[in-house]
Amino acid sequence: MTSALNPKYSFDTFVVGAANRLAVTAGRTVAESPGAAYNPLFIYSGSGLGKTHLLMAVGHAAKKAAPKLNIEYLTLDEYVEAFHASVAAGQGDAFRRRFQNVDVLLVDDVQFLTNRKEMQSELLRLTEALQAAGRQIVLTSDCPPPDIADLDERLISRLSGGLVVDIGTPDYETRVAILRRKAEERGARFEPGVLETVARTEVGNVRELMGALNRLVAFQAVNDTSINAETVKQILGLGGGEGEGGAAPPGDGRAAAAAKSGGGDEFGEFLADVTVTVGKAVEAWRARVGEAVLRWEGEGYRTHRLEALLQRDAPAAVDDAIAAFAGDVERLKALEAEVADLDPQAAGQSVFRDPERLREAEEAAAKVRAGAAPPPGPSAAFPLAAFAVGPSNQVAVSAARAALERPGKKYNPLVLVGKSGLGKTHLLNAIGLELARGKRAVVACLSTQAFVDELIAAIDGNRVDWWRGRYRRATALLLDDIHLLAGKERTQEELFNLFNLLQDKDRQLVFTAPAHPNTLSGLEERIVSRLEGGLVAELKEPDRDVKRAVLERMLNQQGVNPEPALIDYLADRPTDSVRSLVGLLQRVVGAAAAQDGPLSAGLAREVLEGQSARDTRRSSGFRTSGLVVSSLGGIKSREKVVWDWIDVADRMIEEFR
Amino acid sequence: MSLVNFTTREITCKIVYYGPGRSGKTTNLHYIYGRVPDSRRGRMVSLATQTDRTLFFDFLPIDLGQISGFSTRFQLYTVPGQVYYNATRRLVLQGADGVVFVGDSQARQLDENLESLQNLQSNLLEHGVDIRTIPLVLQYNKQDLPRELILSPADLDDALNFRGVPSFSADALHGKGVFETLKGISELVLKKLAAGTAA
Repeated sequence: MTSALNPKYSFDTFVVGAANRLAVTAGRTVAESPGAAYNPLFIYSGSGLGKTHLLMAVGHAAKKAAPKLNIEYLTLDEYVEAFHASVAAGQGDAFRRRFQNVDVLLVDDVQFLTNRKEMQSELLRLTEALQAAGRQIVLTSDCPPPDIADLDERLISRLSGGLVVDIGTPDYETRVAILRRKAEERGARFEPGVLETVARTEVGNVRELMGALNRLVAFQAVNDTSINAETVKQILGLGGGEGEGGAAPPGDGRAAAAAKSGGGDEFGEFLADVTVTVGKAVEAWRARVGEAVLRWEGEGYRTHRLEALLQRDAPAAVDDAIAAFAGDVERLKALEAEVADLDPQAAGQSVFRDPERLREAEEAAAKVRAGAAPPPGPSAAFPLAAFAVGPSNQVAVSAARAALERPGKKYNPLVLVGKSGLGKTHLLNAIGLELARGKRAVVACLSTQAFVDELIAAIDGNRVDWWRGRYRRATALLLDDIHLLAGKERTQEELFNLFNLLQDKDRQLVFTAPAHPNTLSGLEERIVSRLEGGLVAELKEPDRDVKRAVLERMLNQQGVNPEPALIDYLADRPTDSVRSLVGLLQRVVGAAAAQDGPLSAGLAREVLEGQSARDTRRSSGFRTSGLVVSSLGGIKSREKVVWDWIDVADRMIEEFR
Repeated sequence: MSLVNFTTREITCKIVYYGPGRSGKTTNLHYIYGRVPDSRRGRMVSLATQTDRTLFFDFLPIDLGQISGFSTRFQLYTVPGQVYYNATRRLVLQGADGVVFVGDSQARQLDENLESLQNLQSNLLEHGVDIRTIPLVLQYNKQDLPRELILSPADLDDALNFRGVPSFSADALHGKGVFETLKGISELVLKKLAAGTAA
């Protein structure tokens, strides 16, 4: 979109004379302290007098003084083109932002603003914004602002508000200096007086001067003879007389001379012509590199490597270098896209924008890949096979199996409700484990409390996007104890969005709650209604079948082959949950261990009905089915309340009160 | 054929003068030969019959010396114009970087011009080259003949230049338009070099 600064156009190569001294001084001042001195700086002159050279020189000098400056050079046409392109792409704002971040804006050929009302207002807005931010603007035109036809008054006053300078036609001395410098650049040597003769001709601009010099260089190369001051006039068709006298036989004399001299001239002209064309053609690689630099820079990639190419005279395999660069950029894009998917925060890193740091980018991506842990999964301690099924939980288990058969399609969401200790967590994890068997399954299975904590940590670490991304990738979301969301508005908000997203994609959602969702307080209506939208399956107090199954499994796990009477006794004990049943069993087992005796129904009766109060050791927590349950607080089991009494005597006293 | 060799720093342009018999292709080359300094030109190879008709082809190498650090050579070829030498024409066209079509301005030669132009298109196609993509200029030669015998450049443009390529009126015998044509084709060839991928 924008042009690169041509490295040839610097202050070092700019020949300063009386006609351009003011402009050059202003340019240098501006380059040394952008935004501070003349803002905007408006340079105007006729064609071919060095506006573009000076403009680019300001850019180079500013860049040299402060390499970090964001410098943008472009012609007005390019500016217009860029504007139209971004408007067409619906990115008008991005366009504005892009230019408002430029520290030094160099705009060439502003005169083309004529008849472009919308660009005028755009430029006015930009000028105001840049000036307000203390950023430098330098503009060039072929006439001063008021002379640009059809220019908005406000823009005229804006553009004239800084410094308006002109570059005049170079005087004789400057012309000689320019010719000498250019001849030197080309490695051409002329006899004394030759360049002076050329300089003496009245030329309108420097470009014409260069044209004359080109012909001399070509002529001298062709004829292998050096030109003297006299032959110059012939070659350039200046006629016999000095200075203005040459106007008399210009075209005619030249043609006649060519015809007479037998055409060394004709070939010379041809050669000069080819020289110019070849020069451009050979330099075409610069254009290609420049194009590549612009393209990738425009996309936000660092282009040092390509810029380095431009500094060299004639690098080999330019296209290979460009292709290699493009390849690296493609790789970076792929990495960035991958990382963005895993962790949007990390994708913004600058390494993904610098092909020189491709290896670092690879490492960063690998780190993200490793670091992007999947959301917490189900606990392996709760296999479905170990879940004791009986009439009391039949409904919930069949619902779970149905959900497993067609995840996300049948009961979505599935809400398991029931009091504490009935196996909701077990069933939830069991569903999770089964779902996780699927190919590419990412099952998020965790307690609501952990979910909330993770979100808080993510907010704290400023990586909510990453957190979201993690859960959005999940193929199933299972949350235990959904009622803990009560009062946590932000989490409810996040869950709400996540819920919708996952449900839209037919991903299974399972929740557990102590009671029917519509009885839970502190949950937003929209969450409740969504929870009710699937199936709410209740787990009831364990029936005898469940209890027996649980007891048998527990005892088998401990390598005990229990007598049927013990199982019957324990199963018949009034327990309102599996957890309390497990508690009973633990007490009996503990007592048996303390006595070093066998596990029997008698011992159980003794322990549980207090016939022989013994010191049954208790720890503050104990392991049931893999879950550490605190015995302190939060458990409303009748049996556990009893545990807290020290002995029967205390209990008696309590009852007598 | 690689036009620009960045490794050996050489530019070689092969330019073929094409056109119907007796249109003045060889004359073009002779005129150029006469204007190139001795040190710059190679031996002009010309295989002609006794009546000066080109039998095989003419070949004129020109060394333009170092240009922008590249040693630059032009190779100018002509093809035999007679219809029955088509195999030779096709051979000479191989690897051409640009073609100058030398047309005969005489009104009665118009059909020959058209036929030759079609022949050029089909021969290029044999080499897998689309006439629309190869640098091509037209030269309307013999514009020095009496007005009543010839078509004007504008008429010839209408009749032959339907692709809108650069065209030059010429009098090759006296050299008018010869170098203009050569410049025209050189510019096209070199510009294509600039646009194309030169490695």
